[in-house]
Amino acid sequence: MTVLEKATPIPAGRREWSEPVKRNLGLVGVLIAILAVGAITRPDLFLDLDWLWRNELLILTQASAIGVITVGMTFVMIGGGIDLSVGALVALTSVWCTTVATQQFGSLGMIFTAVVVGVIAGSLNGVLIAYGRLVPFIATLAMLVAARGLAQMISGKLTQRVDVANQFINQLSFNKILGIPALVLIMLAVGVLGWILLNRTTFGRRTFAIGGNPEAARLAGINIRRHLVLLYALSGLCCGIAAIIVVSLSSAGAADHGDLYELDAIAAAIIGGTALSGGRGTIVGSLLGVVIFKGITNLFIVNNLEQEYQLIVKGAIIVAAVLIQQFRVSSLRRRTSG
Amino acid sequence: MSVSDALSRRRLLAIGSAVGGGALLAACTSNEKKGDSGSGSQTVNNSQGDNTAPGKAVKIGFSAPAADHGWIAAITANATAQAGKYSEVTFVPVAAGKDVTEQRPAVESLISQKPDVIVMLPHDGAQMTSTGRKAMDAGIPVVNLDREFSDPLAYRLLIKGDNYGMGVAAGHYIGQKLKGKTNPVIAEIPGIDELQLTQDRSKGFRDALALYGLKVGPRIAARFTVASGQEVTANLLSGNPHIDAVWNHDDDQGVGVLQAMQQAGRKEFFMVGGAGSLDAMQHIKAGDTPLEATVTYSPTMASSAINLARLIAQGRKMSELAELQVPKLIILQSETITKDNVDQYMPLGFRS
Repeated sequence: MTVLEKATPIPAGRREWSEPVKRNLGLVGVLIAILAVGAITRPDLFLDLDWLWRNELLILTQASAIGVITVGMTFVMIGGGIDLSVGALVALTSVWCTTVATQQFGSLGMIFTAVVVGVIAGSLNGVLIAYGRLVPFIATLAMLVAARGLAQMISGKLTQRVDVANQFINQLSFNKILGIPALVLIMLAVGVLGWILLNRTTFGRRTFAIGGNPEAARLAGINIRRHLVLLYALSGLCCGIAAIIVVSLSSAGAADHGDLYELDAIAAAIIGGTALSGGRGTIVGSLLGVVIFKGITNLFIVNNLEQEYQLIVKGAIIVAAVLIQQFRVSSLRRRTSG
Repeated sequence: MSVSDALSRRRLLAIGSAVGGGALLAACTSNEKKGDSGSGSQTVNNSQGDNTAPGKAVKIGFSAPAADHGWIAAITANATAQAGKYSEVTFVPVAAGKDVTEQRPAVESLISQKPDVIVMLPHDGAQMTSTGRKAMDAGIPVVNLDREFSDPLAYRLLIKGDNYGMGVAAGHYIGQKLKGKTNPVIAEIPGIDELQLTQDRSKGFRDALALYGLKVGPRIAARFTVASGQEVTANLLSGNPHIDAVWNHDDDQGVGVLQAMQQAGRKEFFMVGGAGSLDAMQHIKAGDTPLEATVTYSPTMASSAINLARLIAQGRKMSELAELQVPKLIILQSETITKDNVDQYMPLGFRS
């Protein structure tokens, strides 16, 4: 059981802030820095509180699809795996739920289809990894290629518009509840549920255990294979939810949806403090990572700057985040061993 | 015993519902619309002259990239449909796959079948030049569609759209509407910026606007996809509280661009599109969005290419020309579709 104790993120009753909390505060600092740069470069906009509120809601709305995916990705990565297929699964589920045949069943039928297809495809990833003994990188890479191909096959590479009859899906990207866009609320709900699942349930503790030390987890009696399947199914479920968000935002399903989402989600999880080696990570950190990336995109476009700059800045942020992480870990080790 | 019984029953139920659900889901991949008979492809009805009169039997080879978006899909659909209109034409399409390394052997196998003429839309004009040359050397005339070979000896006829002209057409439309206005904000949403065609379009746009003393303001590139159009436009609108006009290079990504405009509740500007998709034309006709016009880059060029390939193979002339042979170079005019002429263009619109 030592593994479980070690992996539990927040030791109770300690006065000093734990490592993840410190890191998340750092990420909030980055967000504030982005706002500060905005205030300096476009004071006419960023100092207008009304505009600022609308713009921040826009950033969160644009972050919602990747945010939901990143929650699933965080689970997979804490469990010691990786899911490269998320972007392709968004494409596949978005196409599957917007075919003429599916749309006959109304908005609920579309949501059901997206979620079920996502879960099935995710489970397939899990089965290949857990029972087929494929390396996660390879299994999900194969799924990336195949799902994208299937999406192209189903859609005939055409953009599948949401039928006007399916008002609920159409209106989702317009609706607000108490002034907050519905899509943002979906992301927050997924985030909260993910946080509870990760930090307050056996499922979450097992995830940390498997990622931290699979052998110890096995000896502790955890059914690792079944748990891995569940983790990838969870990631697939998140892809299905994200597909609904993307379909609503763009009013269409398409085989080119979710382009490079896997990289965005992995990068966000990593700057949020999730370890590629598994056993470590937080939902809050991952979501902050997503918002930082979308905030940078927004900052550059609002300043009417071309994309090439923001790509470079994003790359630099990923490197900086990992370097800080390594530095912290090694200094921590020195302190404990010294 | 009862426990395992319950378990196996549960398992049976789970498997049963999984299979049933799977069958239901598989049925959901259909895109057949009830009463949807047309393939959505366009053909040319040229009634004048004697060119439609049947000639000697010819075999037309055809190679175009696998469709990754609506425009390319329309190219292949148009070519197939046009060839089907002539009883004496045998149409031999070869799959060109996803890149040059797949298209090259495909076209070479086509050459060995000795068609009378080959119509080819290359993945990359420069990289497919040697293959075009090989066909020409073997005595098979090549109709080079849209993406130009780097060597004029590699084609008998080049027929292509005009990217620079598209920008010019969009620039003229916006320029005429905004001329005399002080410092109007003109936004531009190109497609993939690394492509030469995007650069050509943008240059034409700048040049035409300059004729009216106007300049391009915010310019943010999307990626020709619906989702990228939506994301880029949402941010662009946020950063520019007042805009007078928008040129969006591509009607495919335009679906997302228009959606972002609606979500932001913005309509103080007008928009010009690009390519000429059916969806864009329907919006222009209905007048329900800021989209007022679109400048064409029409996949109907594939239909024209098949017609001309047939004439070349049969050694016939174009009836409007005095010369006895089909010309060597045709650059299509980028046409401006507005509410006034949209009905005329509607049959040419392609599904994106």
